[in-house]
Amino acid sequence: MTEVQEMKIRDAAAQAAQAAEGLQDVQGEKMVLNMGPSHPATHGVLRIVLELDGEIITKADPDVGYLHRGDEKIAENMTYTQFIPYTDRLDYLAPLANNVAYALAVEKLLGIEKDLPPRCQYIRVICAELARISSHLLGVGAFAMDVGAMTVFLYIFTEREKIYNLAESLSGARFTTSYTRIGGVMRDLPPGWAEQCRKFLKEVVVTIDEVETLLTRNRIWVDRVRDLAVISKEDAIDYGLSGPNLRGSGIEWDLRKAQPYLCYQDLEFDLPIGSVGDCYDRYLVRMEEMRQSVRILHQCLDKIPGGADNKTNEPINVPDGKIVLPTKPSVMTKMEELIHQFMLVTEGVNCPPGEIYFGHENPKGELGFYIHSRGGGTPYRMKIRAPSFVNLSILPKIFPGCLISDTVAILGSLDFVMGECDR
Amino acid sequence: MRIVEVCEFAKKELGFDYLVDISSVDNYGEDPRWTMIYHLRGLVNHCELRLKTDVSEEKSELPTVTTVWKTANWHEREIYDMMGVRFRGHPDLRRILMWEGYPYFPLRKDFPLAGKPSELPGVAFTKPAPLEGGPFVSVPGGKDAIEREPRVRTPED
Repeated sequence: MTEVQEMKIRDAAAQAAQAAEGLQDVQGEKMVLNMGPSHPATHGVLRIVLELDGEIITKADPDVGYLHRGDEKIAENMTYTQFIPYTDRLDYLAPLANNVAYALAVEKLLGIEKDLPPRCQYIRVICAELARISSHLLGVGAFAMDVGAMTVFLYIFTEREKIYNLAESLSGARFTTSYTRIGGVMRDLPPGWAEQCRKFLKEVVVTIDEVETLLTRNRIWVDRVRDLAVISKEDAIDYGLSGPNLRGSGIEWDLRKAQPYLCYQDLEFDLPIGSVGDCYDRYLVRMEEMRQSVRILHQCLDKIPGGADNKTNEPINVPDGKIVLPTKPSVMTKMEELIHQFMLVTEGVNCPPGEIYFGHENPKGELGFYIHSRGGGTPYRMKIRAPSFVNLSILPKIFPGCLISDTVAILGSLDFVMGECDR
Repeated sequence: MRIVEVCEFAKKELGFDYLVDISSVDNYGEDPRWTMIYHLRGLVNHCELRLKTDVSEEKSELPTVTTVWKTANWHEREIYDMMGVRFRGHPDLRRILMWEGYPYFPLRKDFPLAGKPSELPGVAFTKPAPLEGGPFVSVPGGKDAIEREPRVRTPED
């Protein structure tokens, strides 16, 4: 008597591919489908040319560049300080983190990244982590919405609104913050800001819990994203993934831990890593990273030198008149400061010749700046290593074999932003 | 041009398994004109390595490292797009940020910031929409301040 054993393959795409194999002779010709550049699930202007065999993708060719503004060319033609507003527009879902990354890169070129006042370092960490929460909230929310869970999107937007209010009282702008300066930050925390921030942290944890209740064990959600677009450890490294996408594939790598900058070595936080490398793992990693960011923010607000309202008058800028603008009253009354102000505004911060690369753990991955300086106030060449650009290059590898309805889930799980990808 | 061998050695023997980035510099007016910069990283040993190689303007070509790291694919396409340096053996050397058929290489130092006109039809440009009135409409070149300042206007005004 023969024993019949049924093997169940959980992966919907693999099932479909298997079914298609049995139908070799009834297969028709391939169809080419153009997705984007204006498609609600491509989060901006990504275009993907898909080759389909029925509902199964056989080939994918991403076409980027619809949002190319030539930021690297622009950077060569202006001073280091003038480029700060352009960094807002790279990853426009986390402008505060981009500001921090860029300022740190230029400070590394100047050789002052270790001399930053402690208060400035804490403020910058607060900025970067708020940006991380904001970006991950939207990443998860948009991912869920694309797969059909509309409610999550509405919940997370309520929380993001609070982050924008915090950014507004911090920098004066909700979206295009331009908060950092070379050698410091634009201004100190406004009175009462730390309390507002603590209140927000209490509320955002509730929302994260609610989102988890809605999604993590939701049968529909799990069926849609589990075992989908599995990225192995080897592939993740080979394609240069970074950030939550790299950690989702089970690689314990975070620049905040591996090459601690600012005051990250004084802060306690854990790195969530995935076990399978599928879309579900990338979602879980983002959820946990938000909780860890909340943890970091609580520590920062408790430990910030000078306290919330800076009673002891801790400096927030490096004490170097050739890097940081002097205060307005001193410009009006002192000769030296007047000269510094004039030189900084007209010529920019005078950087030494040399070249540096600085990588910052941005919400989307490693945002790196390679600056090649030949002296003077403008860079000779600035290359921006955008995480979304590199993360998207894996699409031709993971799309084939998936169903067409999976594309939106995969794109959502990679969490990219085209402003940064196209630069 | 032994960049591939060097990269393979760095990856296999020295443990630099992660390619962070490839950049390019245009040393305009100097010889050799191009410098390629490879940023490597070892995820296990936490080391970073910067490799640089020069390419002359006449040649403007060097071997691809896509055989060592897949991520080099898009980086090299970007360098080809922006600087016009070709990569020998690249599987798919097309423009990536600019559109197919664009005639210039915009990150070269002899390319002006304002750009150059190309022969392509103005696909990205449309005629300005006719002024349909609204709450903040100003009339450019108006004869006095009342004309010029933004205020509520209907199409007849």
